[in-house]
Amino acid sequence: MELLSYVLQQLINGLQLGAVYALIALGYTMVYGVLRLINFAHGDIFMFGAFTAYYLISKWDVPIYLVFPITMAVTALLGFLIEKIAYKPLRSAPKIALLITAVGVSLFLEYFLSLNSLFTPNYIGFPRPFEVTGYDLRLFTITNVQLIIFAVTALSLLLLYLLIYYTKYGRAMRALSHDREVASLMGIPVDGIISFTFIVGAALAGLGGILYGFAYPQINVFMGIMPGIKSFIAAVLGGIGIIHGAVLGGLIIGVSEVFVSAFISSTLRDGVIFFILFLVLLLKPSGIFGKWIDKV
Amino acid sequence: MSFFTSAKRFLLCSIIAYLILKGLFLSGFLTEYIQQIILFSFIAILTSLGLNVIYGYTGQFSLGHAGFYGIGAYTAAYLGAVFKVESIFSFLPILFLGGAAAGIVGYAVGVPILRLRDDFLAIATLGFGILVRVLLDNSDRAIEILGGSRGFIGIPKIVNLEIAFFTMVFLILVTRNLIFSRYGLFWQCIKDDELAATAFGINTARMKLMAFTYGCFLAGVGGALYAYLYSFLHPSNFDFLRSIDFLIIVIVGGMGSITGTIYAGLLWVTVIEGLRIGLPAQALEFRWVLIPIFLIMVMMWKPFGLLARRESKFLGLGKGE
Repeated sequence: MELLSYVLQQLINGLQLGAVYALIALGYTMVYGVLRLINFAHGDIFMFGAFTAYYLISKWDVPIYLVFPITMAVTALLGFLIEKIAYKPLRSAPKIALLITAVGVSLFLEYFLSLNSLFTPNYIGFPRPFEVTGYDLRLFTITNVQLIIFAVTALSLLLLYLLIYYTKYGRAMRALSHDREVASLMGIPVDGIISFTFIVGAALAGLGGILYGFAYPQINVFMGIMPGIKSFIAAVLGGIGIIHGAVLGGLIIGVSEVFVSAFISSTLRDGVIFFILFLVLLLKPSGIFGKWIDKV
Repeated sequence: MSFFTSAKRFLLCSIIAYLILKGLFLSGFLTEYIQQIILFSFIAILTSLGLNVIYGYTGQFSLGHAGFYGIGAYTAAYLGAVFKVESIFSFLPILFLGGAAAGIVGYAVGVPILRLRDDFLAIATLGFGILVRVLLDNSDRAIEILGGSRGFIGIPKIVNLEIAFFTMVFLILVTRNLIFSRYGLFWQCIKDDELAATAFGINTARMKLMAFTYGCFLAGVGGALYAYLYSFLHPSNFDFLRSIDFLIIVIVGGMGSITGTIYAGLLWVTVIEGLRIGLPAQALEFRWVLIPIFLIMVMMWKPFGLLARRESKFLGLGKGE
């Protein structure tokens, strides 16, 4: 009984982390869908979201219901600018040049923002705008932070689902990820839709940043690197380019990371995630929900 | 002897360079710190050359090169500690074994992951690099002397100008001859068009694996030299950012150019370390702000690097010298 309750408790903690990964993974998977690019800077957009929320809450006393939309708007703008400035001039360049540019953008954001006159390279305490309270449900306790994370993630997933499958923009995005050339022949404004994809993905990463700040209240300029890479792995695990795949992948990665920390060793958790990646790439590179296509 | 005579000019250049450096080292004009930087630039060139074989010549993008570099460094340091290596002659086998360990790991990792392409390969190699970092951080649990996150201490400082310089020159010559051999042609063929290469009857899987193993071997030798130059190893010296360093050297120098890698390696170490000497501490934090901008600009302007597929006539690295 005690073991069961411990496992359930860790499962809840894992799902909390996994929900944040899922939000970041969505941006990766959408951008990969339309541009065939691993947007390495995505993890840094997530970091920027956490910092924006930090400034809004602790420096400018913005009420909590405004923190979410403002942060998402700011990160969306950042995502838009990154695409326009760094990626768009390279649209016809070799794929690897684009990938290296993405790595460059990521490094630039990290080191530029870590300047002492900006965010500084230090760890900063993230102020929660409310008290953490736990609700005892016999087998496990669930905190209000966890409830907020689950609710916000579920709501944004629902909205994203509606956006992608029931609007004109969503249909254009899906057409683009199917075949960019044919989509442009059908009159789809390719550049506009790519920008739109970056905006949506970056807004979700910003949302993930706020929630991450609530859950693990310490932020740092380099905090986006590992969650970014892990979320990308989540997207690969679920099947890159597939929305529900990214969500499932994020949850699996989050839960396995917490389980490894809880039952084996917390220093080995990153290693296990990459072990999962190797297994996926070797056994089914198209991911859990992916079709058997020639990615290899 | 055709191995050496075919690159007479390069050997001549390197002997002249060696004599100038030896003179400078003996004159006492250079501080020990600057001497160390110069030797490190040779290591950077050697390791980047390995990445250039993998990525520049064969087109297999790797973001985990520092992992192999680390494997070479830790293997050499560990073997040196076990066999109590202190002299130059017993060091040379250790140097080779460091490279061989990285090569063997590269082979073992390469068999599964070289099936992947482009960005999937990038993520897999990135994952491997982080895995190595995690394992090195935890290494003291298995083998106490490796030091884990405290670092590996007490490695004798054996590497001097002669060892670093002539190891580099020798391996550059080996690499050059490999590149101009049929295997090198196969590699470049795979990079240009893998499908066409298969159609010509090239065993692409085997050739990719061969290039990857050889590139990792070079990284391992570089790592072994690093261990015995700085006499201290820490897992953070072999993380993702270090892989980026080597990648930048390859890209700036040019994909598929040994000359480019040599020049870019020298330039890179001069810029990175030179800025440390020349600039006040305040400006130092701007280094990593400017470097990514430079990298992005190179990608927009010349996506294959500055000296892509060109060799210097002056250094005598071109074909038919």
